[in-house]
Amino acid sequence: MSGSPSLRNRLSTTVRDLPRSGIRDFFDIVSTMKDVISLGIGEPDFDTPWHVRESTVFALERGATHYTSNLGYLELRRALAAYVRKVFGAEYNPDDEILVTVGVSEALDLALRALLNPGDEVLYHEPCYVSYRATIVLARGVPLPVESRAQNGFRLTRAMLEAKATPRTKVLMLNFPNNPTGAVMDRGDLEEIAAFAVERDLIVITDEIYGELTYDRPHTSIASLPGLRDRTIFLHGFSKAWAMTGFRLGYACGPAELVEAMMKIHQYTMLCASSLSQKAALEALSRPETDIGEMVEEYRRRRNFIATALAAMGLECHRPLGAFYAFPSVAKFGLSSRDFALKLLGQEKVAVVPGTAFGNCGEGFIRCAYATSMDQLKEAMVRLGRFVEGLGRSRGPAH
Amino acid sequence: MDELLKILQANALESREHIAQMLELPLDQINQRIAEYEKQGVIRGYQAILNEDELGLEKVTAVIEVKVTPQREGGFDTIAQRISRFPEVRSAHLMSGTYDLLLFVEGRTLREVAGFVSERLSPLEGVLSTSTHFMLKTYKQFGVLMQSEGADERLTITP
Repeated sequence: MSGSPSLRNRLSTTVRDLPRSGIRDFFDIVSTMKDVISLGIGEPDFDTPWHVRESTVFALERGATHYTSNLGYLELRRALAAYVRKVFGAEYNPDDEILVTVGVSEALDLALRALLNPGDEVLYHEPCYVSYRATIVLARGVPLPVESRAQNGFRLTRAMLEAKATPRTKVLMLNFPNNPTGAVMDRGDLEEIAAFAVERDLIVITDEIYGELTYDRPHTSIASLPGLRDRTIFLHGFSKAWAMTGFRLGYACGPAELVEAMMKIHQYTMLCASSLSQKAALEALSRPETDIGEMVEEYRRRRNFIATALAAMGLECHRPLGAFYAFPSVAKFGLSSRDFALKLLGQEKVAVVPGTAFGNCGEGFIRCAYATSMDQLKEAMVRLGRFVEGLGRSRGPAH
Repeated sequence: MDELLKILQANALESREHIAQMLELPLDQINQRIAEYEKQGVIRGYQAILNEDELGLEKVTAVIEVKVTPQREGGFDTIAQRISRFPEVRSAHLMSGTYDLLLFVEGRTLREVAGFVSERLSPLEGVLSTSTHFMLKTYKQFGVLMQSEGADERLTITP
């Protein structure tokens, strides 16, 4: 560690004690190497649809370069309300129940800060997106991770939540389809969780950024279940389904009181999301079926391919049903996830992310993103297969 | 459209085994369906998409708008098929609007293409008039950009 110890002592203890993201750490190693095939990229390889890019240029020419309303352009909020009603089955009033944010990450931060008093507990499931735990801690909340398991398709059950919840538990955070596991929750699974949330009077924050990317069955939003809308903050954005990560555009939908509280923080810290990104989002909503449909088809083909390839090399992997990640187990080789990933990187120049980057219970797993071209994916599977075969041989029958 | 055809249209060299994996179907079934499509004439051939501007060929392409008189029996088809049979005609389409047929015609020189128009095409019975445009540069063909896109700008590992 470099830097002066006296300055370090002057940092907020919360921030000082926050660990660096495990993914960042791995990125630093990978970025020193050349010609790596990366299955470690959590963003689409598709280009942002051209009509969206073209209309962003037009918006710039026309001078859409000013502050917008704190909530976001009303026109955009109206389009979002229509989209969320149609695709996710939940109704929100564009006047005061939708807030446009700088990505889902900001929306999640706002939701937690708006809801938590110091010491309030947040139930969430691991393995999960790398920011969840940190965002809860930064909002002075207490993280209560529930471990989802491969045997159960990385889904959540009521019993798992009951075992962890206490009277101080205030919020339940969900992310399905899930990064890093590719798990989804069907309507029946969600109903069980919804009943629990109602019974314990929990606020639900649901991050459905991968909602459009399901491959075998259509997605159900918990916000659409009876009685849930009024205790749920629904988070979504444009990064994944429209391949617009760099635009940093997300949104939160929820009851007016909650959105108003989130807006207060947003107006003092962010003011508004980028005007150009908002214009781009408005254009993106003009023809979602075409834009997303073709990408989903391609992701499905890759999912099918990677699932077949992993099975053929003897890696156990629950079937990824959504998002663009496979999360196979590598536990049988007796290496930690990190050592497996490092060795694979060194020997075969294939980058995957160790499961532990997504929570301690990710030990024994690696995340393989299939948001990369089929050619790269094919080559990566050849190399991974060769690597796994070598490991199997070197362990030998004596072990 | 059948997803199998979509895959082949995007890349006809895709191996049958890989197609079977992507569609989660048995290899036999993939082979059989492709054979059927070929037999039915749905799949009419497999070609490479070339960026010919890169080759510096001695070659001229003209886009020709043709007005014709439809015939009493056969309508536009008879005259369109007659025109299409010339090897110089690389593609031919019946159009709505101010002209009837749109042709893409290739030759080695401007003179050769002009000769084709004046000596072969215009004198055909039923051809009323032609309007010839010479192609200067190709930016996109068959859905493929002729200029390579930039490298992948994504970071190598992201959450």
